[in-house]
Amino acid sequence: MNSFRGFVTKEFKQIYRDKRTLVVLFGMPVIMMVLFGFAIRNEIDGAQIGILDLSKDEVTRTITQKLEASKSFQVRVYLENYDEVEGLFRQGDIKEIVVFEPGFQEKLVRKNVANIQIITDATDPNLANLVQSYTSNVVRDYVQILNREAQVQQAGIQPQVRMMYNPELRSVNLFVPGLIAVILMLVSALMTSISITREKEMGNMEILLVSPLKPYHIIIGKVLPYMVLSVVNVITILVLAEFVFHVPFEGSYLFFFLESGLFIMTALALGVFISSASNNQQTAMMVSLAGLLLPTVLLSGFIFPVASMPLPLQWISHIIPAKWFLIIVRDIMLKGSDLMLVWKETLVLLVMTLGFIGLSLKKFKVRLQ
Amino acid sequence: MSELAIQTENLTRKFGEFTAVDNISFDVKQGEIFGFLGANGAGKTTAMKMLTGLLNPTSGSATVSGSDVYTQAETIKKNIGYMSQKFSLYDDLTAEENIQFYGGIYGISDQDLSPKIDEVLESVSLGSVRKQLVRSLPLGWKQKLAFSIAILHQPKIVFLDEPTGGVDPVTRRQFWEKIYQVSDRGITVFVTTHYMDEAEYCDRISIMVDGRIDALGTPGELKESFSSDSIENVFIKLARSATRGDG
Amino acid sequence: MRIIRFLLRKEFLQIFRNKAMLPILFVMPVIQLLVLSFAATYELKEVDFALLDMDQSRVSRELAAKFQSTGYFNLQAETFDRNKAMEWLDARRVSLIIIVPPDFEEDLTNGREAPVQLIIDAVDGSTAGLIQSYSASILNDLNAEKQLELKIKSADPAVVQVKTINLIPQNWYNPDLDYITFMVPGILVVLVSMIGLFLSGMNIVREQEIGTIEQLNVTPIRKYQFMVGKLLPFWIIGMFDLLVGLALARYGFHIPFLGNLATILVVAGIFLVVIQSLGLLISTMTNTQQQAMFIAWFIMVVFILLGGLFTPIESMPGWAQNITLANPVAYFIKIMRMVLLKGAGWQEIQVMVYTLIGMGSVLLMVSINRYKKTTG
Repeated sequence: MNSFRGFVTKEFKQIYRDKRTLVVLFGMPVIMMVLFGFAIRNEIDGAQIGILDLSKDEVTRTITQKLEASKSFQVRVYLENYDEVEGLFRQGDIKEIVVFEPGFQEKLVRKNVANIQIITDATDPNLANLVQSYTSNVVRDYVQILNREAQVQQAGIQPQVRMMYNPELRSVNLFVPGLIAVILMLVSALMTSISITREKEMGNMEILLVSPLKPYHIIIGKVLPYMVLSVVNVITILVLAEFVFHVPFEGSYLFFFLESGLFIMTALALGVFISSASNNQQTAMMVSLAGLLLPTVLLSGFIFPVASMPLPLQWISHIIPAKWFLIIVRDIMLKGSDLMLVWKETLVLLVMTLGFIGLSLKKFKVRLQ
Repeated sequence: MSELAIQTENLTRKFGEFTAVDNISFDVKQGEIFGFLGANGAGKTTAMKMLTGLLNPTSGSATVSGSDVYTQAETIKKNIGYMSQKFSLYDDLTAEENIQFYGGIYGISDQDLSPKIDEVLESVSLGSVRKQLVRSLPLGWKQKLAFSIAILHQPKIVFLDEPTGGVDPVTRRQFWEKIYQVSDRGITVFVTTHYMDEAEYCDRISIMVDGRIDALGTPGELKESFSSDSIENVFIKLARSATRGDG
Repeated sequence: MRIIRFLLRKEFLQIFRNKAMLPILFVMPVIQLLVLSFAATYELKEVDFALLDMDQSRVSRELAAKFQSTGYFNLQAETFDRNKAMEWLDARRVSLIIIVPPDFEEDLTNGREAPVQLIIDAVDGSTAGLIQSYSASILNDLNAEKQLELKIKSADPAVVQVKTINLIPQNWYNPDLDYITFMVPGILVVLVSMIGLFLSGMNIVREQEIGTIEQLNVTPIRKYQFMVGKLLPFWIIGMFDLLVGLALARYGFHIPFLGNLATILVVAGIFLVVIQSLGLLISTMTNTQQQAMFIAWFIMVVFILLGGLFTPIESMPGWAQNITLANPVAYFIKIMRMVLLKGAGWQEIQVMVYTLIGMGSVLLMVSINRYKKTTG
């Protein structure tokens, strides 16, 4: 027990002394939260647009004013003719041109229908969609006011939309669980695998193996500091999420930490497994980055919905632990789910964890032979 | 003055509060085999790094092969060879490729390079493993290879930092034979070691204790002044008063 | 010059002998390109929905059919129990609940308001937004059809007088709003950046850790020769990967290539130097590979997130948009898209290129300065 305690102390000391890595390890969740809370969004803020008013009447001016007043847009250019569009788009800053057809007001009064052309720079389809939908919101508001003034009831099918779990459609609510998963993967899997392979590379592993420490002592000792670090990171993210960004937390904290604990185990087991298969740090790092972190960020549903991916990728996402964890955490945080709703996903994580631990043990035994 | 390969005066190196090398002054004559002895932690490697232009002194002066260590570090590097404690060969390159690389770096021309490689491999009897990765060579062979690379470009002085660490006495002996050969060619050999028996092989030696040079002279002179029959005993007498070292 | 040749030969020998590295340098970027391009999309593929049809009329059945006929919406289950439907939503069995109230058809045919409730799982705001707009447009279409039928049947003035403004979208450069066209150039940038940043920086730190750097410091090698010897191999590999990526983009993904390939390559070369210099700078500030990698990773993540790859820069608040002015990745992504997808030329990109050159010069100079063969 003494040798184990000594070993763990050494591990903690080594990590603590590496100030640069520590700064990154603690600073990263904070910075990521800030970025995801404020900067990485699918909402628009001051997108630059241009207006081509071929009618120049009262109605078009009103609508133009509404666009100018909107925080989402910055009206940069007032075009005189159609030819200018290409140059503006090529130059890169303008994302949309709103074109009012000639005789707009007249058409609206006489025929009750008028057309606005929305030309978007669709090199970024996401942005184009957003810009279009924000523009159509402005126009729709105007139309409603117009019809209300004419006291015409909106006949016909009226969709009444209710957004559940995330009524304001805040991106940050989606990202925070993913952020937790990514950070945990980074700290628990990547750092652990590098730490163990470093010992191997430096030749210290053999010394450890012939010491009174048992192999599983060594593993646990290596893994413990990162486990602690992970928990600290999770708490940091949660605190920031709740108090700074007002991300809802509908469910039980205890349950959340239990599930997080499970996922940390999964990540640690993965880290150990990678280290058992790598000889040097560079390999461990590259495998962790390419085989673990990147897929976690891309295929787990962190930013892009799994349901939008082509089928083969959806299948691959099934073997990415983070994907299951994301479902669990999002359900807990936004829906207040309990084990009843996420038992399937929890089971998957459990099986994965045990699987990786088993594989690592086997590899370790072989090595000792 | 051109007789002196190395000249130092009150050479000092501090790391914050800690004085690693404490006002050492000594000379090394051209063509000598100079043994720089001391316990681990006495400051040998630090002193050597200052002489090879890897570390700037805190104070004091030193010239190596006539060049000042403060202002002419790059000139010094042209005239010296160096073999570090870790041997610093590229593990993932073959013996041949290592020689080729360093040869090119030291400016050996393309025509001279190929025969030179053969020559070097011959001289250390590594011809049969020329195409083997250094990683797979036994320690003693790596040592020979590193040494031959250190003298590849006919430097005036060659610095050897604990070159015989970790090998058996027979291999050590063989290595010292190589050092003699090199010295016969007129190259000055500056070697640090903590093997006291190797001190007997040197023309003159110095013993560092706690950053200072506490003894300087031929092995015979030292044994006499300290009334000892071996350099080892001289060292033990000096080291008794040391405050730094292993432990 | 000769010396650089020897340095290069050593580096390439080491790179190609490292069996573990080879797939990472050459295979991984390709795989990442493929995976990323297909994964990074918000497109709606299929939405499972539950139907609460309280009306059970001809029109309500038409509504359900219309949703399904789009191919996007998939009727998972039907029920009359609202709570049950909510449970399904909670359990993620459906993402959408459509509730048709009891007097739907009647309200509609009598020219009154005929509401339809859409309850959407909004955990993913973007998807929810898309579901909303698709649904709204389906309902809109249905409404238009019905209004037309009504107009033919009766001439109720109230129905006729509603004013509408039609929004006609025109999507330039990417009429199908194809995500891949948008993502691939950006992804290429990311791949190249990763090789440039990680491998260059780590390489130097690796030599530091092993100790061979000392052996080099003691030779008459000049600093700039050492740097070039370290940067050039990975620059070459990075450019090579980029070319492969571009070929894939062109012939595999059929990305438009409106602009000049040479322009791209020149900018890419400059960009790689910028990124590598950053890696170099990091290596002069760290002692271990672990540290170097970690710091590099952190910086790369921030660059990518703020680079406009996943979410538009226009979505960011002012202060964040200002930060992107110092982000070389953002510039290169923008240039790539402008040149490849819009055919932009030197005219349009020159300011950005000059900025990149400026960044690279500063970073390079600082790194070279910091790197000391002789420690103080």
